[in-house]
Amino acid sequence: MTLSMFQAIDQIDQIFVTSQHRLVSDLPAEFQSISSAILSVIAIVLVFALLFAITTVLERKGLGRMQNRYGPNRVGPCGFFQPLADGVKSLTKEDLVPRTADQLVHFLAPVLLVMAAFLAYAVLPVGRNMVLVNLNAGVLYFFAVGSLVELAVFMAGWSSRNKYSLLGAMRAIAQMISYEVPLVLASIVVIMAAGSLSTVSIVDMQASYTGIWPHWFVFTPWGFAGFALFMIAATAESNRSPFDLPEGESEIIAGYYIEYSGFKFALFFLGEYLGMFATSAMAITLFLGGWAAPFSFLTWIPSYLWFFAKLVLLILIFIWIRGTLPRLRMDQLMSFAWQFMLPMTLLNLFVAGVWHFMPAGIVRWLVCIALLVAPAILLSRSLKQGKKFAVRHYRFAE
Amino acid sequence: MSTATEAIRIIPKSPGANDEGQWLEVSMGPQHPSTHGVFRMDVVLDGERIVKLKPVFGYLHRNHEKIAENESYLGSMPYTDRLDYFCSLTNNWAYALAVEKLAGIQVPERAEYIRIITAELTRFQNHACLIGFLTQDMGASGTPLMYAFREREKILDLFESLTGARMMCNYMRFGGCRVDLPAGWIEQARAAVASFPRFLDEFEQLLASNEILMARTQGVGVLSKEFAVNAGVSGPVLRASGVNYDVRKADKYGIYDRFAFKIPLGEHGDTYDRYMVRLLEMRESLKILELALRDIPAGPIVDPKTKIRGFRPKPGEAYAHIEAPKGDLGFYLISDGSSNPYRYRVRPPSLVNLTVLEELCIGHNVADVVVILGSIDIVMGEVDR
Amino acid sequence: MFGEGILKGLAETARNFFGSYVSKDRLTTVQFPEQRLPQIEAARNFPFLVYDGEDWQQGMRCVSCFICEKECPPKCIFIEKSTDKKPDAVGKPQFYPKVFNIDVSVCMSCQICVEVCPFDAIKMDVAFEHSTNNRFAGLLWDKKELAKPNEYYRQIHPIEAAAVDAALAEERAKVAAKAKAAADAKAAAIAAAAASTSVEVATEK
Repeated sequence: MTLSMFQAIDQIDQIFVTSQHRLVSDLPAEFQSISSAILSVIAIVLVFALLFAITTVLERKGLGRMQNRYGPNRVGPCGFFQPLADGVKSLTKEDLVPRTADQLVHFLAPVLLVMAAFLAYAVLPVGRNMVLVNLNAGVLYFFAVGSLVELAVFMAGWSSRNKYSLLGAMRAIAQMISYEVPLVLASIVVIMAAGSLSTVSIVDMQASYTGIWPHWFVFTPWGFAGFALFMIAATAESNRSPFDLPEGESEIIAGYYIEYSGFKFALFFLGEYLGMFATSAMAITLFLGGWAAPFSFLTWIPSYLWFFAKLVLLILIFIWIRGTLPRLRMDQLMSFAWQFMLPMTLLNLFVAGVWHFMPAGIVRWLVCIALLVAPAILLSRSLKQGKKFAVRHYRFAE
Repeated sequence: MSTATEAIRIIPKSPGANDEGQWLEVSMGPQHPSTHGVFRMDVVLDGERIVKLKPVFGYLHRNHEKIAENESYLGSMPYTDRLDYFCSLTNNWAYALAVEKLAGIQVPERAEYIRIITAELTRFQNHACLIGFLTQDMGASGTPLMYAFREREKILDLFESLTGARMMCNYMRFGGCRVDLPAGWIEQARAAVASFPRFLDEFEQLLASNEILMARTQGVGVLSKEFAVNAGVSGPVLRASGVNYDVRKADKYGIYDRFAFKIPLGEHGDTYDRYMVRLLEMRESLKILELALRDIPAGPIVDPKTKIRGFRPKPGEAYAHIEAPKGDLGFYLISDGSSNPYRYRVRPPSLVNLTVLEELCIGHNVADVVVILGSIDIVMGEVDR
Repeated sequence: MFGEGILKGLAETARNFFGSYVSKDRLTTVQFPEQRLPQIEAARNFPFLVYDGEDWQQGMRCVSCFICEKECPPKCIFIEKSTDKKPDAVGKPQFYPKVFNIDVSVCMSCQICVEVCPFDAIKMDVAFEHSTNNRFAGLLWDKKELAKPNEYYRQIHPIEAAAVDAALAEERAKVAAKAKAAADAKAAAIAAAAASTSVEVATEK
């Protein structure tokens, strides 16, 4: 390959960065940084709102196909304009607020939820040199902002003055706080390995190759376990099936947003999906090499495409799981968090330390895998043993 | 007190109650997505644990029995479709059986076979959909339900080509059936029945060993043998508690004694047993269906002596019951010799099975209530009548 | 063990996901307004009144015997008898309905009126797209809206209609034969009477 080709590839990769520079370079110097930030914010809001729209169609079509139905196929080509129709519908619907509700809090809750969800995108590198702010405590900022979601959810549940929404809010708080612990602990292994809280430098560390193989953290025992634990916790954190108890529509109908209608309901939906994207994007950043290509010979594909490809892949897995699994119960959910997730994440920290201090080689792999698998089996046994869950055999009467 | 807490009615602590906090009374239903119709439960919660549960029904009361007393015997037949609207053909059969007993009518051989085929198809689709609803109540976003509906479609197509309607069949008549099987029906039915084992395997693959399903159902809503018998529970709910009682075996109505089939029995009486007993019963139904579709003889489908117009049985009374998919469905009739029954009474299995709901739910979570209710398998059309 | 059942379930949904693209068996949905299912002989929706020939009023088979009105379980039929008579389907002079109304908002499509009708005058229609924006008048169908030709009946229920037509033809033949026999007898009687009178006349002469 010639140098010019490399330059061309690089130009395509950096097209958004350079065009942003060009756009703001004409402005006076004191406005340059703020206008470039505003441009990035607009880009993030537009791109992820569009991704939300696409995801709703994909989810409905994917679920439909899993259930042997067509899914939406009436609006536009193959039903891909369905989100537009849904948006128009939710905008034109009557916005009902219960008379006894706390009007202000009831109004603020969905706004706060969407805002909190969008704030998290500030530190997520969606491509090479494509991050809104490169905070040196980016991961910390991400989890801090993520906790705002709990506040929004509780505001919604409490202000609606509905018993179901109160139950839903209680469930949501209990669940989100419990799963935040393993979520953070699972990501600490990466911070230990990378030695940095900055999302950009974490991705940079993974964006190199041995031969054709990348240095993603998921390709180590502790990284894989960390990724699995992170994804489970992320499912619970974003209220997705099988951990969708706060909204469990068959039990407490819609949980905390039972009293929301019209566009506020759509905002809740948006906030929930944005939260799911953000945690998935964080998982990609921490474990799946962020915007880095999976093989060294594929680096010519622009980095942002890789990032979104990985994100869509994770979303599809979320949809697949939603189409298959029934929901857990509250007590089972909590015991899973504290009796399985927490010990496993703590153990994973230990394993990451062992990995760091052992010499490289096959022994290190075997020791670390053994250290992870054996306790996982033991823990899952102990989770089951009290209840004796088993496939049963039945007798027949003539 | 803040304004937000006023909205929530706090029940004063009853004297002697050993609860730590305050109780919350929630009205689940009648507009609740998983109460299987317009059913309401007054639930008293301690946190999420059920302290008290009062079933409230009657929202779908349609005066079925009184209407039937002012209707000719034949005129009540389409109303029986609407009792358990999922299984109209078994309702038809139970009512026809009661009238046949009352008037002493014989049913021709072919009609008996058709009745068994349609009843077992009804049982199959009811159980399949029930399992779908049950998992839907557990939050499985409808996947098993849609698979069940896909198979049910085949059965409903069969019903439609036979009776003209998919759900409100109105097919059985006193002394037989209304119309003969259309050409090609048996072949279509055989093909459908042959495709069902694959569907059951799929169901088992999807759910039977699923850890979440087991965790949600095993040990939940245990109904003891003694209590089940004392409460008069019947059908799969009773058999899941380990009581060997199936009207098909106990009474041998129709020609069920000619078919070899077994009755699956549960041991623990919990929700998982109720679920599995139904799954196994579906396999037994398939056995009956295969035999019946093989052996069905030619001949008349209705006793030629029964009159359509001006049917007046002799004064007397009769009670007939059958094993409907939901349980023991009985009809009791008193005739005074006129064209209307003097007394008409239905023994709906759903209503009787529903009486144990509170017993099963107390001490469990809100999430378990909908699962237990789903496993009891009620249809409000039958409960409220 | 832990997670095994979940993986099995995931495999099953994946199989169905891909299966729905290749197997017709799995994707049974009918895309309704564009696709329609084939006509079924036994299908039924709401009743209609059959008439023979061209004129719906002349050819109406109903003789307003009130049996269907009496037997209808939800009592959705209302009939008023005419004062004069017209020939019915087999040719006998009979009453005909002056008013025949069916409230299809009450009708439950049970087909009992069809079963009890001794004159094959009321049959079940298969048309189902009857939505209307008038809740009362739009759903109360009168005699004119209910009347459909026998050709239509033959089209929607071919087997059943053939049997009915055959039975009616037989009945008609019987009636015709009877009428002919009666006419013959009458003619013969007249002839005989004429002959006897002529004989009498002859003898008198």
